[in-house]
Amino acid sequence: LGLALYAGSLCTVSGATFIYHDYCVIGAGPAGLQVAYFLQQAGRDYIVFERSHAPGSFFALYPRHRKLISINKQYTGKSNSEFNLRHDWNSLLSHDRRLLFRHYSRDFFPNADTMVRYLEDFASLLKLQVQYNVAIIHVTLEKNEQAWNGHYFLLTDQDRKNYKCSSLLVAAGMWVPNVVNFPGSEYVEGYETVSINPEDFAGQTVLILGRGNSAFETAENILGVTNFIHMVSRSRVRLSWATHYVGDLRAINNGLLDTYQLKSLDGLLEGDLEDLAIVKDKKGKLHITLRFYLENRNISAGIDSITLPQDELDNFATRAPYDRVIRCLGWKFDFSIYNRSLRMMPGKGNIKKYPQIKPSYESRGTRGLFILGTASHSVDFRKSAGGFIHGFRYTTRAVHRLLENRHHGVPWPSRVYPITQLTNSIIKRVNEASGLYQMFSVLADIILLRENVTAFEYLEEYPIGVLAELEMQTGRKARNGLFVIIMEYGRNFSGADKDVFYYNRAVGEAQHAWQSNFLHPVIYYYKHLPTEREMKLRPPEWPLPRPDAIHHIVEDFLTDWTAPNAHILPLRRFLENCLSTDLRNFFAESCFLFAFTHQKLPPFCQQGYLRMQGLVGSQELWQHAVQAGLLQDYTLTDFSGDRPPDSHDEPQEQLMRDHVVPVRPLQHLVNAKDE
Amino acid sequence: MSAQKDRWVSSLVFLLFCASSMPRSGSVGLQQEPSPQHYFSGLEAGKASLAFFTPSVSPGAQPFLEQIESSAEALQDYGISVVKVNCPKEDVSRYCGKENALRKAFLFRGTRLIREFPTDALFDVNSIVANVLFALLFNEVKYVETLADLENTENMLKGKSNMVFAYVPATGTAEHRAVMEAAFVYGTIHQFVLTTEAALLKATSHDDPDVSSAWLSFCHCQRATDSAQPCRRTALGQPLTLLNIHRHLKLMGAPLVTEVAQDPEKVSTVHLQLGLPLVFILSQKETHEADRRTAEFVAWQLLGKAGVALLSRDLVDLNVLHRSNVALKTPDEGMPIQYLVLEDTDEVITLVEDKNKVKQIQEDEQQEEEEEEDEDEKENSNQDIQDDQVVEAVSRDKKRELPLEQVLVLTEENFHSSLSEAARTVVLFYASWEAVSLAVLRSYSEVAAQLKGTPGVLLSRVNCWDWPGLCSQENVTQFPTIKVYKEGQQPATYDGMWATEELSSFILLSRVPCPLKLATMDEAEGYLRGEFPSELSSPHHTSLLGVFSPATSAAREAFEEAGNILSGHVRMGMYFEDDALALSRKYSVSPPALLLARSGGRSVEGIALSKHSVQDMVQMIRYELLDIFPEITVPNLPQYLQLRKPFLILFCAGDISQMESKEMLKLARGRTQQAFVACWLNLKKTPVGHGILRKYFSTTPSLPVLLWVNLHAGGQVFKFPPEQSITEMNILSWLEKVQAGLEIPSSTLSEEDWKPPLPAYDFLQMMEPSVPELSPHTSPQAEDTPLPHPPKNPRGDTARGDPATREEPSQGSTAEEVGSPGRGLRGTAPRLAARDKQGKRHGEL
Repeated sequence: LGLALYAGSLCTVSGATFIYHDYCVIGAGPAGLQVAYFLQQAGRDYIVFERSHAPGSFFALYPRHRKLISINKQYTGKSNSEFNLRHDWNSLLSHDRRLLFRHYSRDFFPNADTMVRYLEDFASLLKLQVQYNVAIIHVTLEKNEQAWNGHYFLLTDQDRKNYKCSSLLVAAGMWVPNVVNFPGSEYVEGYETVSINPEDFAGQTVLILGRGNSAFETAENILGVTNFIHMVSRSRVRLSWATHYVGDLRAINNGLLDTYQLKSLDGLLEGDLEDLAIVKDKKGKLHITLRFYLENRNISAGIDSITLPQDELDNFATRAPYDRVIRCLGWKFDFSIYNRSLRMMPGKGNIKKYPQIKPSYESRGTRGLFILGTASHSVDFRKSAGGFIHGFRYTTRAVHRLLENRHHGVPWPSRVYPITQLTNSIIKRVNEASGLYQMFSVLADIILLRENVTAFEYLEEYPIGVLAELEMQTGRKARNGLFVIIMEYGRNFSGADKDVFYYNRAVGEAQHAWQSNFLHPVIYYYKHLPTEREMKLRPPEWPLPRPDAIHHIVEDFLTDWTAPNAHILPLRRFLENCLSTDLRNFFAESCFLFAFTHQKLPPFCQQGYLRMQGLVGSQELWQHAVQAGLLQDYTLTDFSGDRPPDSHDEPQEQLMRDHVVPVRPLQHLVNAKDE
Repeated sequence: MSAQKDRWVSSLVFLLFCASSMPRSGSVGLQQEPSPQHYFSGLEAGKASLAFFTPSVSPGAQPFLEQIESSAEALQDYGISVVKVNCPKEDVSRYCGKENALRKAFLFRGTRLIREFPTDALFDVNSIVANVLFALLFNEVKYVETLADLENTENMLKGKSNMVFAYVPATGTAEHRAVMEAAFVYGTIHQFVLTTEAALLKATSHDDPDVSSAWLSFCHCQRATDSAQPCRRTALGQPLTLLNIHRHLKLMGAPLVTEVAQDPEKVSTVHLQLGLPLVFILSQKETHEADRRTAEFVAWQLLGKAGVALLSRDLVDLNVLHRSNVALKTPDEGMPIQYLVLEDTDEVITLVEDKNKVKQIQEDEQQEEEEEEDEDEKENSNQDIQDDQVVEAVSRDKKRELPLEQVLVLTEENFHSSLSEAARTVVLFYASWEAVSLAVLRSYSEVAAQLKGTPGVLLSRVNCWDWPGLCSQENVTQFPTIKVYKEGQQPATYDGMWATEELSSFILLSRVPCPLKLATMDEAEGYLRGEFPSELSSPHHTSLLGVFSPATSAAREAFEEAGNILSGHVRMGMYFEDDALALSRKYSVSPPALLLARSGGRSVEGIALSKHSVQDMVQMIRYELLDIFPEITVPNLPQYLQLRKPFLILFCAGDISQMESKEMLKLARGRTQQAFVACWLNLKKTPVGHGILRKYFSTTPSLPVLLWVNLHAGGQVFKFPPEQSITEMNILSWLEKVQAGLEIPSSTLSEEDWKPPLPAYDFLQMMEPSVPELSPHTSPQAEDTPLPHPPKNPRGDTARGDPATREEPSQGSTAEEVGSPGRGLRGTAPRLAARDKQGKRHGEL
């Protein structure tokens, strides 16, 4: 039958006329609009298909109780627009400052309607090419040697109109409800349709299947009017503050945990839904039993003949009958529209709701097909934020950059700096970059060193899963070693059963930075680009293979990594030792001395002073440097000159040995996260 | 060690002498008394004596007598005389008369009989001394039989004095004697309590004591405040001998924690005198209270094993690592004090208790120190000390408020509107966290003060940390950057020295177009004299005038382009009126030509323009602007270095003398195509020159000194013979010799590369023990191996880490398991954070 269908569709397709675009995007949700924006900016030929009459149709319905749990921070105390995106989880990326979500809502947790309005504005203000009311119902391939990927994508909509594209970007989201089938599952109401009016639950006893945010959101809404609510799911509750994963239960939704733990009123149960069965009694009450009891029974014989667990175990936990059972089990990807030739396969294990993709977001089955948005979350499921707007807006940009390089010969954007700017450029990025911060351990900044370590090239937010393919994917050369800058949580810090509030959870000392627990920058140094094989053999749970050297910038309570001694100094030492050079800054006077006493000069003097851009500094600074013993005051020189010189030490280094570190009495505050 | 022992033994003996205040009578030994009458009449009040009465001949009592006789010497020390009283045959008095009295010994104080001892209680010297003292010290040594008695005594003493509780399996033993002897000395200071009840010992002790051996513990009742709690006890861990008890009591009497404010090498406490180590807790003002508590805690743990002193680093100038927090002084003479970095109190205790460990640590530390000294003595210790002069200077200056009122703060909102407000807007793009930026900001504020009131110039700044979008939009990719915006023109980026002088001159020069079009001959002449235009009037600058015939446009365009590039650095004018030819003729060139007016037009040089490319012209102008015999300064050296020629440089203590200046100038002018840069340096103006000379000669040579420095090839430095006078001829012939290789260089410039000044933290190595999957040898399959208990503790500060300290964490955690109150040392060593995972992060501090 499949073959016949395939042949049939080919027939109709081959006879039809096609509307051609280089890029077809399925879905005008946040991810579809986001990639449309980048394609538009780059002047590419693209089209977005949206089955609804407006963008963001998922948000028009969901979440049912209309409260988004993505934060919309109005104030951060900073004007840095890049930094502020770290705490703005709803905006899409664009150059238009009007299109910041804080201009749309003042709520910390905004209403979903606002998101719909925002997406409408995003599409219209930026004049994105979106075709509404076009539902793609079938996608297939047409082999063609000329095509970018050896084939074209043929799309058919609900009106049998056909479209042909060189590259297909699927941003269709995850909208097919997860359903579990068990005896009695017909009595179960779905999250999609269940009433959101608490009145309808007054005096009822409710069982909720599932333990995600939608389950808790549903419970939260009716908590006050029900008799009690029970929740069943296979795994224990995962609290997002413990797992550091925004997809787990957020504190805003956890009212039921309160009543459960305080008063044993409502409750959580662990059990496999597959073993469950529900029977309805004559009064319409729903009883929980086990599939096991039903196996040899005829259900139609009536409830009285069915064994209930409480018949054998009279304190069985869920022996009380329920008035309603609600299913809140989340969503999965719609695999149905893709022809088998596209080999769109579900992932394995806990990512089976997602299509299989590579870390470059390209489908494993079809070259040229990229999955964007929430459906691309298999790359970092339960780890980072790739399934959410505040994460996939960056991965979408990364995909666009990969496409620009692959199809248009536009290499990954980069900037070349003199080596003296190395420490600065890292410090700048780790302090303000939002993509590194949101997509921690997934997107990385890459520093490619130039020959002789005089300069380097800086690439932002590259997906580290495809680090081995960097040269091919970016069009940049990595011949002289590279740094990879990512953000990480401490290993073994996050987890469903972890106590993330234990004493001394925060490290305050730069020298113990590798034990930092909260999100902090980590810099990997590789002398050579890791190979495919090395990437595969990397330690489990490690984003990258073993580097030649690694540096952790110690976690910071304010996520402000600009402290000269605790953050910048150890970073400089690390960079210096990787590159085997001296990256200190020098005043012009020191460079002057070096110019007369050394045949070679440190990079800072070479790239500054020698080019007539020496740092002269003010009198106050000069005095401070002298007091610190880092600069010698020759005005007081006595001419006897009886002091023997060091063989090759700088005089200031000699003085440095007597230099006393200032005491840091406020050290205990460094670990202020304890309290 | 033996010398040590001698010392404290003699001190004990001395003490005993003092304590026995009673005069010793006559020679040591047994006294003989002819008769009881004689004996009794001779007894002194308060003086104790042990007497036994013996008939002239009494063979039966012989062994007993021997013991008594030999105890006489011992008792003598306590002022007790032992007297043998001969009973005359006829005497039938109380002591001599009765048969059984002759089998007893009698203890008298004065004439009062204290006790009579049957001879079987006095079986040896120990029993005699023990029993005699026991009898005499009836008040000082309380005998208890029950726990209630003991507790009563204890409670009575609380807050008043301390108690010494001794258990002896039987009276009359050596241990009993030792306790009694100690009580004789210390009885007035501490209350002694004695028992022979094994049950009582068991009741007072937590673990199962061995009731067959004697036991003594010191009960700190004087400090006890809580009447419900028993007094804290410190058991004597050694056999009960007089020496050991004496030591123990001496130690208990010493202050718990000694506060020290002198060189620890000179400190001596009772502990050291008694052969015990002394632990110093290094403290500082800020953490003094916490350190004191830590020290007391440690002191209680180490009571009887080592002394604890609190050493205030603020008062003593210690030449040790800043992170050291504990020092250990051993009693052995000549052993240096070890300074250690320990993590918690358990480690201190381990250090003292486990002698082997001490040794090991010592060895390791020594080894390490040696290595450090050998390899790189600065390593590790200074790793976290700022060695970047700019960063350090800026952070030391950060509290000073900069006078930036004259500098407008620009934001994304007001940037474009502000640019149109003034004819020229100077914008400093900087990052508020970046040191070089902040250093430049300081110069910039000085420039603002200097240029205050200058019309048409607005100074402003943009903090790129606040406005990254604006900075990237203005194409600012590094900090700091200064741009000068002019209405309708591309902004000019400042590319000169980051110095107040240079920057403000740049801003002033950029007010006039570069090159400036001069309209009349008068203007041109005025320009050459430095009088026109008035904004630029300064007689000291060198002015450059391009003269072009109206027809030659290529050269003029190149000149204009060059002017754009050199804008702000060079004063450039341009004259291309009809009478241009006349102007150039005046300086004996024909257009296109450059007229170069140095120092206010006193000398004007005409140069024909032959090359017409912009680059060539820029280079030529730059070259022409260089002085022939310049004074080298910090700001101008790079210009001369770019010539990539050897330097012939005269170092002068002050201004150059006329004579030398003349000779050098001759030399410099001598050949047009000089192969070297002839220059001089004023050490008063450029004191860093002393640093150069010192580097070359180790001492500053007599000045002036003329040097040939081959900066770019080989780096040799030759010194002009000081005995010769500096004349053109002498120099030239010397230079020939130098070039011919006939002179010996005084010094050679270091060829060394600029390597990292200090090592970085080797996190990879630190991580390896706790993250086994990281190690390069582990295959991914081996991941299942269970993680070892708390990860071993790599020493965060050293790349090597020594095995001894690495072992300690596990020791610490075992101690914890058995319930010892582990306490972090972080109060003392603020720089030592908890380094480990759960296992280590227990501290309450």
